[in-house]
Amino acid sequence: MNDWLEQASDRIKQAVADKQTLTIRGGNSKHFYGNAASGSVLSTLANSGIVDYKPRELTITALAGTPLSEIESLLAQNNQILPFEPPHFGTATWGGCVASGLSGPSRPYRGAVRDAVLGVSLLDGRGQHLHFGGRVIKNVAGYDVSRLMAGSMGTLGVLTEITCKVLPRPECERTVVLDSDRNIAIHTMNMLATKPLPISATAWRRGEGVLGQMLIRLSGTESAVVAAMKQIGGTRFGDTTSNDTTFWDDLKEHRLAEFAARPLWRVSVPATTQARSAALEFPNVVMVEWGGALRWLGGDLPADYIFCLAAHMGGHATLFYQGDNGLHEANGEGITGQEVVNVFSPLTLPMAEMNQRIRQIFDPHGVFDANRL
Amino acid sequence: MSAEFIGFLRRVLAPDALLTEPEQLAPYECDALSAYRQLPLAVALPSTAEQIAEVMQLCKAFQIAVVARGHGTGLSGGALPLKGALLLSLARLNKILSIDPLARTATVQPGVRNLAISEAVAGHGLYYAPDPSSQIACSIGGNVAENSGGIHCLKYGLTVHNILALRVITMDGDILAIGSHALDAPGYDLLALMTGSEGMLGVIVEVTVRLLPKPERAQVMLAAFDSVEQAGIAVGEIIAAGIIPAGLEMMDKLAIHAAEQYVHAGYPMHAAAILLVEIDGVNEEVSHGIRVVHDVVKACGATEIHTATDSEQRARLWAGRKAAFPAMGRISPDYYCMDGTIPRKQLPTVLQRIAELSAEYGLRVANVFHAGDGNLHPLILYDANVPDELHKTEQLGGKILQACIDAGGTITGEHGVGIEKIDQMCAQFATPELEIFHALKSAFDPQGLLNPGKAVPSLYRCAELGAMHVHGGKLAHPELPRF
Repeated sequence: MNDWLEQASDRIKQAVADKQTLTIRGGNSKHFYGNAASGSVLSTLANSGIVDYKPRELTITALAGTPLSEIESLLAQNNQILPFEPPHFGTATWGGCVASGLSGPSRPYRGAVRDAVLGVSLLDGRGQHLHFGGRVIKNVAGYDVSRLMAGSMGTLGVLTEITCKVLPRPECERTVVLDSDRNIAIHTMNMLATKPLPISATAWRRGEGVLGQMLIRLSGTESAVVAAMKQIGGTRFGDTTSNDTTFWDDLKEHRLAEFAARPLWRVSVPATTQARSAALEFPNVVMVEWGGALRWLGGDLPADYIFCLAAHMGGHATLFYQGDNGLHEANGEGITGQEVVNVFSPLTLPMAEMNQRIRQIFDPHGVFDANRL
Repeated sequence: MSAEFIGFLRRVLAPDALLTEPEQLAPYECDALSAYRQLPLAVALPSTAEQIAEVMQLCKAFQIAVVARGHGTGLSGGALPLKGALLLSLARLNKILSIDPLARTATVQPGVRNLAISEAVAGHGLYYAPDPSSQIACSIGGNVAENSGGIHCLKYGLTVHNILALRVITMDGDILAIGSHALDAPGYDLLALMTGSEGMLGVIVEVTVRLLPKPERAQVMLAAFDSVEQAGIAVGEIIAAGIIPAGLEMMDKLAIHAAEQYVHAGYPMHAAAILLVEIDGVNEEVSHGIRVVHDVVKACGATEIHTATDSEQRARLWAGRKAAFPAMGRISPDYYCMDGTIPRKQLPTVLQRIAELSAEYGLRVANVFHAGDGNLHPLILYDANVPDELHKTEQLGGKILQACIDAGGTITGEHGVGIEKIDQMCAQFATPELEIFHALKSAFDPQGLLNPGKAVPSLYRCAELGAMHVHGGKLAHPELPRF
């Protein structure tokens, strides 16, 4: 173990002895996401650096405190990308990117964070440094603990090093835009996904028009992209002389006007979900991503209602950005001032028990801030 | 006690769904790793999830271990029966429950064959991407249990990347709905944990898979080289050129000769190595990719390049690769297939090491290789009728896997650990990681009744092997006695 690892391991052991709770923090860029942190901070920032990157292996290994921007710019120099287009929300780290498990616009087409993770090292709740998975693309030795870490929100251990799969940057990216009503846009996104087209992102935004806009990003060789543009129609979005990525960057980083609504709900549902009656419509949909599978709802909506509706549709909901009043339970009048304890959809009882058992394996003394998830 | 147990099973299962006579049990004594055989106590062939739940409850009540089995095509002995244990065949749960062409999903029972899914959705222009070589026979439940790969993994991923949801019955009788038809789920990613868990955590009774649109066009190219090193360099250069082939396979001289003699695929017999490169996608993309790959392999010294111009030629070029294993059966009484994965840059070193080991043990080794993802399949040729040759083969196999670990790789890329690579797990993982694995198993199966002894070695076994890892000069639990 290097010095940082040893210090962090000692810190964990000391916290166990002192019955202290530790909140693992990288760049603190996603402090707003998940349930509120309540422990004393264990920073990963000093554990930074690229460990191994050989573009031809299509993998990158970096220490968890490495800034995500450093990784992405190194990849860019070698014409490669992270398949899952993670959001930064400021100064994100490699570890935070995996621990939060958030993927960007390309998720349905190139996979999620967890799909790209190949191996992790972590300090568990006993301060042990553990290694799972590896640096190769295919590996089925042992249970897949590496992918289990994606989205675990720092409740299972301190990620110290992560290896991910990377992809070549597509030669050409173009975005087409079509005026479209939301339900037609969702249907169209799904229809297009049944065809062999080089689609790498889709979105519908409410915008200011009457109907709203559907945007489709095409990626690949220029000839393939141009052929697909002809097939899909619509008009070309943005700067017509180069690969214009501003819309998708703004979408990924939540800089578009639609994301200003507070509170803002993230609802993950089967891509084809359409309400069978007006009563079952998701209210206040401001943005749709992921070919219909991710929907953003703006405004003060009753939490239990949104959780129920999302579950009814076969998905789940997260209060992504809280309003000034925090999260509130519905009692028919909306806000009551009584706080709901969890911004995530509740688990079924057997799944909640299994999650609890898994947490105890990695963190038997409860030293990590379990409230986050 | 076992007579009483069998009596209870008879109440749950139809008369033809419980096998107990030795001659009935014999077909189940091994999976595709036929070097290991064991008759089970009995074979249960339930046809509903409810029956499975009842059978598992009986097993729990009688403390009888259960080994789940799909179609028995696994290559690591994951479905090898255990003495005194029940073999739970999922073969009769073979219905496709629903297909949603617009959402591109299919929900199927675990005994549905891999290829049957693609066949059922072909009319919608869709297919299920992972294609293990046994896809005409292997079950989707077994694919999930082993996290099966195939020849298209580099571009399309393994099973874990192509499933959305599972229904799993645990030994405690809980039915877990894992994952969903949405693209993520709250809580920990149990879908990842369950995939590749080798029947150790629960019995999968339903699988929802993700379907993809069939590519507009697929074209395959063969490139021959005078050395394995050159072929290995070409693989790296293809990736460096920004191309992700749908398939990228390498075969060495022994494999080429065996395959050519068997299926007459038109492989160049003079070559030391060949690459098969398949590009798929939309029409324009394939044309571009084939051009780029052609230039790359030429620059890397390819002595011969063929591009298949129609589907018949494409099928013929693939036929040789797909027949590589049975082709070995024609030139050797028996063969043993390994499954290590290495970083691609280590290929020349590892192949050199395999050649040295082959000479040292006096056993021929043919190499077929999912070159795109670094997944080696050395095939050790042996004769089980020669006393001690299987033992020698196992030792050679163990050394090859050790070479893969030493090169920064892993002991299994897609076949699983099963019973076969259980000892190499002691070299791949240290004690604290193995303890986590055992704890994870206990979380799902506290009494250790599901496929016990597979996939994760006991610490005792590793200690016996003398391969106990000592980290930083300290054992994880110095207070515990070690044998």
